[in-house]
This record gives sequence, C-alpha cells and structure tokens, in this order.
Amino acid sequence: MSRIAARFKALAAEGRGALIPYLEAYDPDWDTSLELLRKMPAAGADLIEIGMPFSDPSADGPVIQAAARRGLKAGATLAGVLDMVTDFRQQDNKTPIILMGYLNPVESYGYERFCRDAAGAGVDGLILVDLPPEEADVLAPFAKANGLDIIRLVAPTTSDKRLPYVLSHASGFVYYVSITGITGTRSATTHDLEEAIPRLRKVTKLPIAIGFGVRTPQQAANASSIADGAVVASALLSTLADTLDDKGRATAETLPRVLAQIEDLAKAVRNAGGKAV
Amino acid sequence: MTGDARLLHVWQARFFTRYGSGRPEMADPKEHGTAAVQSNSLRHQPDERGHFGGRHGGRFVAETLMPLILELDEAYKAAKADPAFRKELDYYLKDYVGRPSPLWFAQRMTEELGGAKIFLKREELNHTGSHKLNNVMGQILLARRMGRTRIVAETGAGQHGVATATVCALFGLKCVIYMGATDVERQKPNVFRMRLLGAEVVPVTSGAGTLKDAMNEAMRDWVANIADTYMLIGTVAGPHPYPAMVRDFQSVIGTETKAQMKAAEGRLPDVVVAAIGGGSNAMGIFYPFLDDKSVRLIGVEAAGHGLDSGKTAASIERGRPGVLHGNRTYLLQNADGQIEEAHSISAGLDYPGVGPEHSWLHDIGRAEYVGITDNEALDAFQFCTRMEGIIPALESAHAVAYAAKIAPTLSKDTLLVVNLSGRGDKDIFTVAEHLGVKL
Repeated sequence: MSRIAARFKALAAEGRGALIPYLEAYDPDWDTSLELLRKMPAAGADLIEIGMPFSDPSADGPVIQAAARRGLKAGATLAGVLDMVTDFRQQDNKTPIILMGYLNPVESYGYERFCRDAAGAGVDGLILVDLPPEEADVLAPFAKANGLDIIRLVAPTTSDKRLPYVLSHASGFVYYVSITGITGTRSATTHDLEEAIPRLRKVTKLPIAIGFGVRTPQQAANASSIADGAVVASALLSTLADTLDDKGRATAETLPRVLAQIEDLAKAVRNAGGKAV
Repeated sequence: MTGDARLLHVWQARFFTRYGSGRPEMADPKEHGTAAVQSNSLRHQPDERGHFGGRHGGRFVAETLMPLILELDEAYKAAKADPAFRKELDYYLKDYVGRPSPLWFAQRMTEELGGAKIFLKREELNHTGSHKLNNVMGQILLARRMGRTRIVAETGAGQHGVATATVCALFGLKCVIYMGATDVERQKPNVFRMRLLGAEVVPVTSGAGTLKDAMNEAMRDWVANIADTYMLIGTVAGPHPYPAMVRDFQSVIGTETKAQMKAAEGRLPDVVVAAIGGGSNAMGIFYPFLDDKSVRLIGVEAAGHGLDSGKTAASIERGRPGVLHGNRTYLLQNADGQIEEAHSISAGLDYPGVGPEHSWLHDIGRAEYVGITDNEALDAFQFCTRMEGIIPALESAHAVAYAAKIAPTLSKDTLLVVNLSGRGDKDIFTVAEHLGVKL
C-alpha cells in the first residue's frame, strides 16, 4: 500500500480527516525550509505538500507568488527539491510527501527522469496545476511505472459530465479546488462544500482533500470533516513572510511561529473528528 | 510520399534526435499527428486537442479553466460554421476597421535597395493603428454570442489593449486591461487612450512588469471571474482554441495580400516577411500561403541587443520547447525550466514565447525565423519613414529591417511583401530617447 493510501486509511480508523500543510521549497532558504519540513510531522502534519518554485505561477495568488520568488532567489531547482525530500526520508518514512508545481520545470527535467528520481527520493504524489487530464499522457506512464500518484484537481466548474473523465485515472487522493479563483484569496462556504463533496463521492472512492481558501483552524476543521483532508498554504506562507527580516532572511521567529500555527490547525482538525468511518 | 508526409518525416527525425523517442505521447504519430498524416495541406492544423504537428500547442491550464476553454472551443466552432457570424464580422471589418487594407508598392525603398520589388501590406491603416483590431473584432463578436459582459486582456505595447478597449467601448462592455508596470511607464500615450476609451488599466508589478506578467495576471483574473468574463488574448498563443482562432481572424491579412498581389503582378509573391512577438500578424499573413510552396515565409524575431547577448526576445532562435500560458511552444528559459525575461526595444515583441503554430512551422522548416537587433530596427524605423512617408511601429520596423537586408541580394523580379503590422506613433517617445532627442 502506498504511503498516501496507508495514511488516509489510518486516519479513517481514527475517525478524522488529514491536515495537509504546504511549504514552498527554498523559502526563504534551503536550510530553513528543510528544517520546517522535518518538524512538520511532529507539529501535526498528516501529509505534506511541497511547492516547487516556478517563475510564472499563473494560478497562484500574491502570497504563493512571493514565496516562489523567494525560493528561486535562494537558488531553487527541482534537483534541490528532491534532495530535500531524500534528506527528510532519512528520519521519516511514514509521512506522505506530495510535490506541487507547474509543468515546465518538470518537462525541462525530463518526465521519465523526474518520475524516477522523485520516487527514488521518497516522493509519493504529484500535483501539476497546469496539467489537465487532456494532456496528462506526457507524464502518466512514468508516474505509474514509478509508483507515484497523480493527484487530480477538481474545481467547482468541473461539470458532472466531466467528473468521471477527470477522475478516471486519478490516484492517491482528489484535490478539490474549493473556489473559482487563485490561491489565498476567497474561501468557500460550508454550504458550498457540503454540496460539492457528495458530488465527488458519487464518482470516486479516493479520499478528497479541500484546498484554496482554507486559512483558519475552524476552516481546516470544517473542510477536513466534510471531506477527508484540508490543505493550508497561503496562511502559513503569510506567517512565514511576516517573520522575515527586511532583507528577506529567516529570523529566530520563523520556524516557531509557522510550527505553532500548524499545531493550532492540527488541534482543530483532531478535535473536529466525528467523521463517519 | 507526398510533400507533406515528407515534411512530417523530416520533422519526426529531428524531433527524435532532439528529444529521444521515449515519450509515449509521440510514439505513434498516426495517433496524434492525424491531420498532418491524412491531409496534404499544412492548413489543417491543429488537431482536435489543439496540437500543431502533435507536439506544440495544446491546453495546459488549471482544471478551473478547462471547462471554459472547452466551452469556448464549442462556441468558436459553432460561430465559424454560422454564415450570420461571418457576415456580421465582415460588416465590422469593412465599415469599422477599414478593410481591406492596401498593398502598397514601396517604389522609393525598392529603388534605394536595388533588388527585390518591395510591397507593404498596410495594416497600420486599420482603425486603432494596427492589425490587432482584426482579431479583437472577431473575438468580441464571439464573446457577445457567448453572453459575456466583462472582458479582460493583456497588453505589451498597448496595441492589443487599445484595440480591445475600443471594441468594448463600441459594444458597451466592461473592460479590464492588464499591462506590465514597466510598459505602463514606457507606453503612456496608449495607457491614456485605453483610459479615454473607458477601460480600467491595471499595472502589473510581478516579475519584470512586462507582457509575460500581464498575461499571468489576466489569467488570474479570468479564473476568479469565470461567470461573466471573457479573456481576449491578443496573439496566436494560449490554450487551444486561441492560437487557431486568432490566426483565423488574422488570416484576412494574407487572403487579401494574395488577391492584391495577383491583381498587381499577376502572381503570388516570392517572399513574405513579418515581425514576430507572439506572432499574430505573421500567422495572419503566412497562413493563406502555407500550401504555396514557392512562397518563402520569413518571421523576424526581436534579437534585442543581439541573439547571443542574453538580452533578446528571440524565442525560436534562442529558446527551446516548453509549457507556458496554456501551450507548449518555444520559450526563453533557463536550464531548470524557469522562464526568462525577454528584451526588445519594442514592448510589443518582448514576450519569452511565440505562438505554437510558428514553433511547428519552424520544426518542419516551412517558415524561416531570423533575428533583427534593436539598433537595426531603429535604423529601419527611420528608413521607412524617410523613404515612404510611413512611420512603422517598432515591431514592424523589425520586418522592414530584414527586408532591407535581403532585398539587395534578390533579383529585380522577386516580389517581396512586408507586413506593416502597425503604425509607429506610439513609439516616437522610445525612438526619440534612443536618438537622444528630448520631446
């Protein structure tokens, strides 16, 4: 069983959803983001999403754009991101790692080589924002051959007619983009989510995580109990950005504050519990 | 083997040499290069998935946008098949845009250069001063058919922004134009025009604040406002169907050129030269000639400070294929696949990518792609102005420069057409600055 499947199964047995915090690799530097990654599981991360910095993140809002820019300025490369995961795996062999990013750096690295190296580093799944199912054949065979899950995005605009197609080759979990918009801007209402998630459940047996617009512990608790997990990205990156000095460097505040926020989110998700098992 | 099958074969050989054959999507060209295999015309691209030659183009967008792109594709197909749409478009092209535009025999330029007979296709005479209005008129009619009430667009030099703001004024639609902060600064007259026309101009400060960043921001707006908004892309790039649709709307340029040249000289031109940023004016004039193998098609990219200076916008000559803004095409990028900033004296050309159909035409060798530097374009700007009394846009000056370079090497019976895609009024401040003149 893959690490992602094993983790969701274990959480279901606990009767709760997953907290999936996001960090941007190399933000604001390699050492700090690696240290953050290493400490995330103890703070309550059930799965971890790592952003691969890209120069033109056209589906992301200002917070993630700025984080990506800091990461690139610090010298981020895909090879470096994979090194980070390799390092993390020395001490943690259970927490699923999902890489999120845009297609071009992966295409540039080479699809086959990337899937092989990512699996070798201990990556479990890939989310590529600008790779819709229509174009997925560039990557899918190599991901499959290397046991990497391709995590599909579903949006409020995805029609019932289109859903089965989008989910036909999905694995790992389904990422529900809960708003029509960019990251870190608006939030979906409970009502929206309560309508959307059952629509997805009819088509897939995979766990569903909700992302985009999940900021507060309350929202994370809500999302993880309506679906099976909540992804929190911009809210954490804003906190990180707030702790940087005027030259954009990490300070003594950086790790403690981001980790404390993850702990608060994790507590809320655990207390929400109450999921039908 | 037909000519086109041979071209495809050559292209495949090049492709596999360059990228290896391990990519499953390319393993069977019959499957994805269907149009090229079955048809003996180069005018039948892209395929259903929006791929040119099976490789370039496509639809690389977030899932939120995918249903909109598919809806647009259906709407465009229906409009294309509807004679009423064609009739409506023809009416606006004739009486509002001012088509057909003349094909001008540039006699003084020809005599001065002493070679090929040079003709200028005068797109700068269109309302708003460039070829941009052809496409914008087509898309605005489509947006109206689709019931959209708000239009977003990106612009570099402002030609596309002005054209978009113009048709929005004409039809009373809300208009938001994203423009890089750098470009807002260097294209003040066009910013003022857009605002006069009632558009909201939003300066974009991310990245280098140029066209690439404006495109990102326009896509972000679209994804957040899908219910009422139509994204009006200004060049032959973006996710399918934009590259094909914009080409179709611009191909009126080539269709007219063909007829006008036959009327003037009794035959087709021998050489067609056009400037390339994203490449819409070039695709517009090239497309009707794609199957006329005797016609050399030359796309002129902005070499900036020089092709190897690191400050260039020549995506085909100095880039490699990659994925940006919804399509796969030649891109300026570093070894890690991060997109690089393009540089050109012309704000309209400093885009790090190019339309995917150009990438395909380059791969199969149907069109030639060359570079002209900032300085060469500046010289041509003045040359055209003095010789013909026509001030060309800096974009078009790149095409004029290359034409002036090759004309003396060609025989006197060679017919050469330069697509004069826009007028240079907007560029006089940039040019004055480079000439050390204070306005």
